[in-house]
Amino acid sequence: MTGWSHHLIIAPILVPLVVAALLLFFDERQRVVKAMISLASTLTLVVVSLALLRIESGPNDFDGVYLLGNWAAPFGIVLVLDALSALMLLLTALLSVAALVFSLARWHAVGAHFHTMFQLLLVGLNGAFLTGDLFNLFVFFEVMLAASYGLLLHGSGPLRVKAGMHYIAVNLAAALLFLIGVSLIYGTAGTLNMADLAARIPDIEPDRRMLMEAGAGVLGIAFLIKAGMWPLCFWLPTAYSAASAPVAGIFAIMSKLGIYIILRLTMLLFGEGPSAGFGADVLLYGGIATIIFGTIGVLASQALGRLAGFSVLVSSGTLLMVLGINDGAISSGALLYLVSSTLTISAFFMLIELVERGQDAGAIVLAVTMEAYGDADEDEPEEGDGVTMPGTMAILGICFAACGILLSGLPPLSGFIAKFAMLSAMMGTGAIGVPPTATVWVLVILVILSGIAALISMTRAGIRTFWSSLEGTVPRVLVIEIVPVMFLLFLTLALAVQAGPAMQYMDTTIRTLSNPRNYIDAVRNAAVVPDYDGVSSSNAGSK
Amino acid sequence: MELVLSTAIGVMTGCGVWLILRPRTYQVIVGLSLLSYAVNLFIFGVGGVKTNVPPILVDGVPNSTLADPVPQALVLTAIVIGFATTALFLVVLLASRGLTGTDHVDGRNEPK
Repeated sequence: MTGWSHHLIIAPILVPLVVAALLLFFDERQRVVKAMISLASTLTLVVVSLALLRIESGPNDFDGVYLLGNWAAPFGIVLVLDALSALMLLLTALLSVAALVFSLARWHAVGAHFHTMFQLLLVGLNGAFLTGDLFNLFVFFEVMLAASYGLLLHGSGPLRVKAGMHYIAVNLAAALLFLIGVSLIYGTAGTLNMADLAARIPDIEPDRRMLMEAGAGVLGIAFLIKAGMWPLCFWLPTAYSAASAPVAGIFAIMSKLGIYIILRLTMLLFGEGPSAGFGADVLLYGGIATIIFGTIGVLASQALGRLAGFSVLVSSGTLLMVLGINDGAISSGALLYLVSSTLTISAFFMLIELVERGQDAGAIVLAVTMEAYGDADEDEPEEGDGVTMPGTMAILGICFAACGILLSGLPPLSGFIAKFAMLSAMMGTGAIGVPPTATVWVLVILVILSGIAALISMTRAGIRTFWSSLEGTVPRVLVIEIVPVMFLLFLTLALAVQAGPAMQYMDTTIRTLSNPRNYIDAVRNAAVVPDYDGVSSSNAGSK
Repeated sequence: MELVLSTAIGVMTGCGVWLILRPRTYQVIVGLSLLSYAVNLFIFGVGGVKTNVPPILVDGVPNSTLADPVPQALVLTAIVIGFATTALFLVVLLASRGLTGTDHVDGRNEPK
């Protein structure tokens, strides 16, 4: 409870925030200094999130509640660290290191303030993962979105500006829905603290509960837009494929933020009590529609960027569907799938840029429908300096194959383990001797079909890119560009090798989530830090 | 009072939704602004509509005669954030106009 480890909870927000402000003092010409500071910040975040993960899963009675401003729970804003948020923090930190290192080759130099915006994006993401207050969640969401608007436009060009404009318009509308949802919940329940809200829900009178559920529904729409549930997802493939490679790499976690919040809030607010199971059907059928839409999109995509964009949708759809079933064992498989697919998609987005660099105009003509998406001539940034990777085509090919294996869920990488964990849990949902229900069969078939679609599409794209390219020019790939991709793919391998401990962690996480009583008690009973003279007062004010 | 407020919110939301569905970026941004005004008023509304009452707790004054300060704080935050993001959207709109020469949301002229 006390000591330095407790203050570590706020570090994932403070470190990038301070660094982002600090970076503004440096001129754009001092690029190396900026890059080093930014890199140091992300590496610190990895260390901090590893430490938090260790403390959190440690044996001591670490409650993980941090009272901002030292006000007791329902009155002040709290940060809450639990197994799920610790996992997401670590995932964000790992992705950010990979994306940042990738950008150092040349992307960080094509526009102003790349590093500042990147750090602010991390502030928003980490804050949203940690906060235990609905309105504070809105603020961190907006910090993240504002940074993501800038990052999406990074590198400029007509295509990015067009995609960026759609993205901003959609997200501004989503932010308004977020506000309507939050204020409806406040108006009916009288609190914005998630734990306090969960404790108060059983006591809300039926007529007000309907209004509260309407608020939760509107709020859910805002997150589903972010997660990309059909029919709220049409902006996503365009925006993600228009973004520059390292930006798309870190954007992969943003759609998972929507999933994270839906998971957290449904487990906390609608896990038990009179409103239990609220919205589960929407998630289930929405997820099914998203998978179908994503799978068709994956099959139809000629450009690799859009293929990756639709893979995000398939992954979101799978996760939403599992949230809709809300079964413990399936959910822990899905958490592993979340980690695995985020790593994969992030690596894939960065790999695409390297692979497509070798393709000249003649090869692009092969992609027949490319024109339809308005793939206008784009000003490529100048070549960066650095060590060129030897054996480029072989390594790119291996990485591409690894991405294909991961997306389609074939052994030996973590995509297989994750899908296997989900499918085996689905097949075993009924009691012994009772066959799975029709819905479960539909889900199993969809998960397998989406894997086959990814395999077909990746094979086709691989053949077109690596075997039948017209000119055979080898792209000039720098070591610091391919190493982040290999690092992310290596993580998926590590996840497959260490599948036992990983699954165990996911199981514990889901078990904690499905017992919200602990979370509620921890937040409500969190004691304020006594004053310096040793006298404890209930509202000691800001420190 | 409630009727006037809710009518105002409804009219503004209606206009806002209609405008963001229009094909010109200028109409979209005006629509988003109208929607954000409507949402801000809505947040005010959930605290209960009261006139001439302070949001400050005073000893001896019953709670029912006080305005709820939380929605007011929320509105303040929402206004600031909405203002900033609208300004940012305006910049993107101008960039798009400069790059494509039209203010159609898809960057092309409507077929006549």
